[in-house]
Amino acid sequence: MIPEFGHFALILALGLSLALAVLPAIGVVRQETLLMHSASSIAAGLFVFLLLSFFCLLTAFVQDDFSVTYVANNSNSALPIQYKASAVWGAHEGSFLLWALIMSGWTLAVATFSGGLNLDMKARVLSVMGALSVGFISYLLFASNPFERSLPFYPPDGADLNPLLQDFGLIVHPPMLYMGYVGFAVPFSLAIATLTTGRLDAAWARWSRPWTNAAWAFLTVGITLGSWWAYYELGWGGWWFWDAVENASFMPWLMGTALIHSLAASEKRGVFKSWTVLLAISTFSFSLLGAFLVRSGVLTSVHAFAVDPTRGLFILIFLVFVIGGSLLLYAFKASGIKSQASYQWNSREAMLLVNNLLLVVATAAVLLGTLYPLLYEVLTDGRKISVGPPYFNRVFVPIVTLLFLVMVVAPHSRWKKTSSNLLVRQHWPYLVAAPFVAITITLMMGLALQWIAIGMETLALWILFLLARKWWLSEFRISSASYLGMLASHSGIAMAILGVVVTVYYSEGRDVRMAPGDVVTLSGYEFRLEGVSRVQGPNYVADQAEFHITKSDKEIAVLRPEKRYYSVAQNVMTEADIDPGLFRDLYVALGEPIGDSAWAVRLHVKPFVRWIWFGGLLVALGGFITLLDRRYRRITKTVGKLVAGVPA
Amino acid sequence: MSDKMTLNKSLLIPLGVFSLLVLFLALGFQLKNPHLLPSALINKPFPEFQLKDLHDSEKIRTLKDFSGEVALANVWGTWCPNCLIEHPELLRIATEEGITIYGINYNDDVDKAIAWLMRHENPYEFSVVDNEGILAIDLGVYGAPETFVIDRQGVIQFRYVGPVTHAVWQEKLLPVIEHLRRSESE
Amino acid sequence: MKFGKMKSHRRNRLLLVLFLVATVGGATTFTLLALNENINLFYSPAQINAGEAPINRRIRAGGMVREGSVKRSTSDLGVSFIISDLKNAQVTVEFEGILPDLFREGQGVITLGELNSDGVFIAEEVLAKHDENYMPPEVADVIADAHGEGQYSSGSYEATPEDEMPEMKKVEGI
Repeated sequence: MIPEFGHFALILALGLSLALAVLPAIGVVRQETLLMHSASSIAAGLFVFLLLSFFCLLTAFVQDDFSVTYVANNSNSALPIQYKASAVWGAHEGSFLLWALIMSGWTLAVATFSGGLNLDMKARVLSVMGALSVGFISYLLFASNPFERSLPFYPPDGADLNPLLQDFGLIVHPPMLYMGYVGFAVPFSLAIATLTTGRLDAAWARWSRPWTNAAWAFLTVGITLGSWWAYYELGWGGWWFWDAVENASFMPWLMGTALIHSLAASEKRGVFKSWTVLLAISTFSFSLLGAFLVRSGVLTSVHAFAVDPTRGLFILIFLVFVIGGSLLLYAFKASGIKSQASYQWNSREAMLLVNNLLLVVATAAVLLGTLYPLLYEVLTDGRKISVGPPYFNRVFVPIVTLLFLVMVVAPHSRWKKTSSNLLVRQHWPYLVAAPFVAITITLMMGLALQWIAIGMETLALWILFLLARKWWLSEFRISSASYLGMLASHSGIAMAILGVVVTVYYSEGRDVRMAPGDVVTLSGYEFRLEGVSRVQGPNYVADQAEFHITKSDKEIAVLRPEKRYYSVAQNVMTEADIDPGLFRDLYVALGEPIGDSAWAVRLHVKPFVRWIWFGGLLVALGGFITLLDRRYRRITKTVGKLVAGVPA
Repeated sequence: MSDKMTLNKSLLIPLGVFSLLVLFLALGFQLKNPHLLPSALINKPFPEFQLKDLHDSEKIRTLKDFSGEVALANVWGTWCPNCLIEHPELLRIATEEGITIYGINYNDDVDKAIAWLMRHENPYEFSVVDNEGILAIDLGVYGAPETFVIDRQGVIQFRYVGPVTHAVWQEKLLPVIEHLRRSESE
Repeated sequence: MKFGKMKSHRRNRLLLVLFLVATVGGATTFTLLALNENINLFYSPAQINAGEAPINRRIRAGGMVREGSVKRSTSDLGVSFIISDLKNAQVTVEFEGILPDLFREGQGVITLGELNSDGVFIAEEVLAKHDENYMPPEVADVIADAHGEGQYSSGSYEATPEDEMPEMKKVEGI
């Protein structure tokens, strides 16, 4: 019964999304207030029914209802309960239901917190969001129904969730990503709605900012978590592979970063308006493109869903309509938008322009690398190639280095015009000190001097020192939440840079053969294998090794990596064990048994690797902090008013 | 509304770039999914094979064991949930419709397969053990379940990828079989 | 109209446009060059046997791992195995390191590395995909071509646990 309810709720949701797309739009055209007002209530209803639908699917999983095909394919009675729950978004159909639910969540949020928007604009925005939901829910109902049943004959037990996904990271990573991807639909819808009015004022930019920052912050968390998850779960010590699906999440992030900066300039100085609109359209477009790439089978990737190609076709057509339509609208309506202000080459505006340019170029480079195999195959009629990390690193690193250079200076620049020698005069001691600090710390840690590493570390330290100094000069006064957010996010980036550089240049890793009693030394740490024994898990059996790690005769850690054998899915999985540290990670993973009692083992010492994710989280935190800005707080007052007066 | 002003042509550039992108995606998509188009195997004879019978490991089955009527060949495995889902329909096709079905047990364990058929009943005239996937490769099989319609001459006339539900039988397989039977009786 | 102001406006405009063109042009050239130098072409066992694959250049090779061909060294992490197209072509692959969990005899595999002058493929990376029945599209084509059947589809209706997360394990040889 419950799956049927879920299915029915989905159908109702489709109806509501159609109403949301159409009715307020008619209200705008006819200037009928009642129709325009209806948007909020419809949005609420849409959310409720999608939530119901989602809960029905969740219930089916928790109750082990294997008559539902999706549950049978992704769960098992022996699966621990938290993974039964997260298995809901473990594969294509269910994860897309989550996507649709989150979309309706953002829609409702816009409906509720839009005190600053006039009724006409609000109706337009919600109508666009409704239209997007129509697309998503239709896709679910007609091409990816998670509630499909296989009656009368259904398996007594499920095929189990892929062991790789039976992990905390999976519980949190996809929802965070979707919050980001889908969240960009808000600035997108705002941009579209604004284009339809033909007017683009500062209010539009001001209005978009908190939503964009929030979506971007969520996406940052999602990507950071993904990287961290890959690191400890995949068993090989890597944290970014330039894999197609990773790129699919990174491209909207890069564009989103450009967007938040561009919006700031548009709001404060009225510049780049037309570009900002284009960026808003593009960022969400990349979210959609990412969804297509991951779910269509067009790209072979470690991450790609195995999906029926007709579903991929559906998404492609949806893409064409949404993005093509938006760009067409942009082409016709954006002519009326002109920036008034002028600025000099050393102004903050100019730096933001360069910032955006570099980000767009970086995105284009990643897109090219991601799609090139497909392009090549099409152009050469079948020849297959792969584009690996070397390409991405070679292209991305220089672009991003230039970006960091701008980032050193930009927060200290002024709108319209900056006095260039002021910058250098005030800051030269810090600029000079940074490389010395980097060199000193490197030598103190007993590491070799690598000049490129020193250079990048200097860059990161410049960013941090100058930010700290600016804060100190203002006597630690925080003028606004936006400012604090900027400090946090920029510091986060600097931290992440440090993490990346140190880990890349100073990690030591080795694959070795070890028998019980053997000791291997890496970066001053001694890894000793005590032995390997059999252990039993809830739905697996494992070989567990015990490693004792010492340094200069001091016991540092005991690590127990496992090789798990999942009985139902007949899968083998490597579960690495890590001794995490602020300044270094110790990492051990089991390969395979060789000969009598020996094992192939992978050992790593990775200095500063956690800084990458701490940095990422700090970046996201900065984004969230900006939401607290005074300027947006009047919204909460409006919510109070709305709640009191909302019609049934 | 003061739209329809002079169109700044440079604003069409993003749309142009996007169109190019879509073109490539569409082409690539089509390239990767040739089975959206007719299979290359249609109208080719069923490949030769020499595989052990599932229930009698001494017996080697070949094309000669095909009875010379319109029949189905079904690729299945105990590890495949969709095979279980289509199973009742296959049983119905074998008994009620009287169509012969040959089973190709793909990439499986012989004992498990025998036990599975005992538990769920056996719709197959016989099943062959294709553990290395040699026959599957020759058929262009990519996974299970897949079902082929074979005519009297042993030529493949249709291929269906996915579980054969009743709807699939009605809409896809039955028309082919009826067509074959009609044209052969002329 | 003050011509002085106009001129500087226009000049700035021009400078901006030039800057944009230079940056974008430079970036594009650089990117395309990097791309060309870093694509990894794929070769089938048959092509390698026929001498079509370059020697001492980074390429990908893939095929089915021949049953019984995996040999592990007892003293270090060296391993060798044979990939074939299930017909006549086969290539010996040598690898130093830990093979991915999903690597199995009788399954499709793709390796990244260099072919040496003895015709042995020295692998840097070995990729094996999850799912008993999935074959990397390249490998599927290899086998299809060997059996003369033409292009294979890369989709599968097989309802194996679909996952969003990595199905392949990458391993780097040292």
